[in-house]
Amino acid sequence: MCSRFLIETAVISLLALSGCSQGTASLSRAQNPASAQNSTPDVIDSALDPGVDHSLVTSDPHVAGLLENPAAVQTGMRLFAQYNCNGCHSNGGGGMGPDLMDDEWIYGGRLEQIHQTIVQGRPNGMPSWGGKIPDEQIWQITAYVRSMSLPATLAAQNGPTPSQTPAALPRDIEQDAGWAAPDDATNHYTTTVKGP
Amino acid sequence: MRSLVASLLLSAVSLALRAQTIPAPVPDNAVFTLKDIGHAIADPTPQAGRTMPSAANAPADDGQWTMPSKNYASTRFSSQTEITPQNAKDLKVDFTFSLAVNKGQEAAPIIADNTLFVVTAYPNYVYALDLTKPGAPLKWKFSPKPAPASQGLACCDVVNRGGTYDKGKFIFDTLDGQVIALDAKTGTALWRTRLLNLSEGETMTMAPTVANGRVYVGNSGGEMGVRGWIMALDEDSGKQVWKAFNTGPDKEVLIGADFKPFYDSERGADLGVKSWPPEAWKIGGGSVWGWVTYDAELNMLYHGTGNPGPWNAAQRPGDNKWTAGMFARDPVTGAAHWFYQTSPHDEHDYDGINEQILLDMPFQGSMRKVLIHFDRNGFLYVIDRKSGQVLSADPFGATNWARGIDMTTGRPIVNPEKSTRQGEDVRDICPTASGSKDWNPSSFSPDTGLLYIPHENMCMDKMDVEVNYIAGTPYVGAAVHMKPGPGGNRGELTAWDPVARHPVWAVKENFPIWSGTVVTAGGLVFYGTMDGWFKAVDAQTGALAWRFKVDSGIISQPVSYRGPDGHQYIAVLSGVGGWSGAVVSGPVDPRDGTAALGMVNVMSDLPKYTTAGGALYVFSLPH
Repeated sequence: MCSRFLIETAVISLLALSGCSQGTASLSRAQNPASAQNSTPDVIDSALDPGVDHSLVTSDPHVAGLLENPAAVQTGMRLFAQYNCNGCHSNGGGGMGPDLMDDEWIYGGRLEQIHQTIVQGRPNGMPSWGGKIPDEQIWQITAYVRSMSLPATLAAQNGPTPSQTPAALPRDIEQDAGWAAPDDATNHYTTTVKGP
Repeated sequence: MRSLVASLLLSAVSLALRAQTIPAPVPDNAVFTLKDIGHAIADPTPQAGRTMPSAANAPADDGQWTMPSKNYASTRFSSQTEITPQNAKDLKVDFTFSLAVNKGQEAAPIIADNTLFVVTAYPNYVYALDLTKPGAPLKWKFSPKPAPASQGLACCDVVNRGGTYDKGKFIFDTLDGQVIALDAKTGTALWRTRLLNLSEGETMTMAPTVANGRVYVGNSGGEMGVRGWIMALDEDSGKQVWKAFNTGPDKEVLIGADFKPFYDSERGADLGVKSWPPEAWKIGGGSVWGWVTYDAELNMLYHGTGNPGPWNAAQRPGDNKWTAGMFARDPVTGAAHWFYQTSPHDEHDYDGINEQILLDMPFQGSMRKVLIHFDRNGFLYVIDRKSGQVLSADPFGATNWARGIDMTTGRPIVNPEKSTRQGEDVRDICPTASGSKDWNPSSFSPDTGLLYIPHENMCMDKMDVEVNYIAGTPYVGAAVHMKPGPGGNRGELTAWDPVARHPVWAVKENFPIWSGTVVTAGGLVFYGTMDGWFKAVDAQTGALAWRFKVDSGIISQPVSYRGPDGHQYIAVLSGVGGWSGAVVSGPVDPRDGTAALGMVNVMSDLPKYTTAGGALYVFSLPH
């Protein structure tokens, strides 16, 4: 983690120093063939990507298999209980660990970020599961965790135990990275600023 | 697409509002009455004497408050008389101090050497305030830097139940299991001992008991499959003197020749192994996260043991010794003298860790040395503390899991209808998992002869489900939905006559009372509510004498002391949280009734009444 953090910091400083254009900056990440082929691709924790004016999307090849796939979220729900995830996060409402059914993502809500949080753990109490749960299953748990806050999943709640009928992940799941601006907010930025 | 999302969002919002309605209370006839299930080995004999703590355990009040329980008898009685039911209406805030931590504050302020000491919830800051100067300025602050990962291991918010002052030292522990002795004058660490293996899910939240040159501490983690233990450290060096486990072979439990339990079911070799499925005792709980009481008169140490793990009782057939009960040990060697299991093969998370109040009380025509214990399981036990015999056991709250305590065997007469079964949702079990009363301590006034019990009135539906043990993760295996008990008031303050064995008066509260009580010679009982009222009621009648609204709900332990100016002061911490308040202080969503181990189901309206906070408040009369 430390070494990758250092590498990313180095790339950013380099770009800043050389005054690279935004296009170059996004190219260096999104179209980096090494990161797409690697089984643990570089994942950006932050929602802030200096100089980039569009959302990042997960490039991991696992993602395609999770979208519009009801079986993936169902399996993820079963694994979520089997690995005691529900011990801390309950059925999405949290307790010892944070709730997962709202739209606040402490460590990022893109699928690759959720996956990475499970793999690596997080300093305030999230254990690291990389090497302990097969990666395929971690992706299925990721899909279920992402599904917990989907409007369709919340709408299906019947009684005081939520997340029991998780909706499949829609194809545009990555668009808002787990967080959506309130509907009544006007985005002056996108209407007034144009990219290169 | 956008409009579809918007309409779905709208329905999610209305759903959230719907989920915040509190479930209906269980009906009155769903629980047993005191008359039906209260038992004693003899009728009351009040004429045999007056109930009092002994002088050895409750020496004359010096106006300080050096340990959370006030004295070894744990009476939490202040002999200060300045504030009375008549003048309490004039109480005013003397000063406040922000704790800079918005988590559940369960500690008692400690007053010694004209200084007020406070330990906060994680990250367990210690503040020392100078009471000799106007506004009580900060003398020093100590930051113990507990491991951040410990936050993810604490079952029920990242609380701390306070420190203790003794011989110039302020001694406390941290969530990640450091026990630390500070120089009370300077705030520099004299020693710090690390005791826990975080990877196995252990944490520490209890208030250490300091007595006889030793510091007694124990682990938390009954929801993580830890193996419970209690330890004595040398007060001068912090080095381990003895350690006793509460499960496993006798030699590790420190059960030997001195062990003479009163009841047959506590006798036999290695019951801490044999009353479990193979190896289950190694992850069986029995932690020591509550009160440890030193008896200066009988030279004995009493401590409860926590719930067995996992909560799913089907995975651990047997009595599960020595969990959910109470030990008497030699304070010097740790050797066990007696044990009494309040909830054998506990099915409902009825930890035995609540406080023990040590009194001399008339019983069967003579004065007896008793220990009074209000268990999570709903029964108020009066126990002969020399022998471990139960003299009386009465329900002090809504109870239906047992039809009383058998006075011959000491065992509960379990109601099979409320026994849990794997895969079946058993409805309306009373009391709920957090008990008729949780850790928050009662007080006793020798003036009135009454116990002042801050407690809950809640029940639950519980469905046991199979759970895997994975070290460092929760080991619970139950889906719990809590609900209000009969009448719908979730909390109650009960004044109880232990000799006559009945309540004298009770004050109903909307929310469970999660604060302790302090009772004064002026005739007042102080306590706080989860929606942020700090209250004083008449110790004789329960009539409200005064109340003040603080910044956040109160779940701490109020105290009463005499300031350097000779006047009486009342101190309390605000800061809602803990198990019952996690829906406010934690990252918890009120739409999930199972969240916070099922507590959210009955507390989802709390965010409408209070927000997270945390401050010290000190009150006095104008002078």
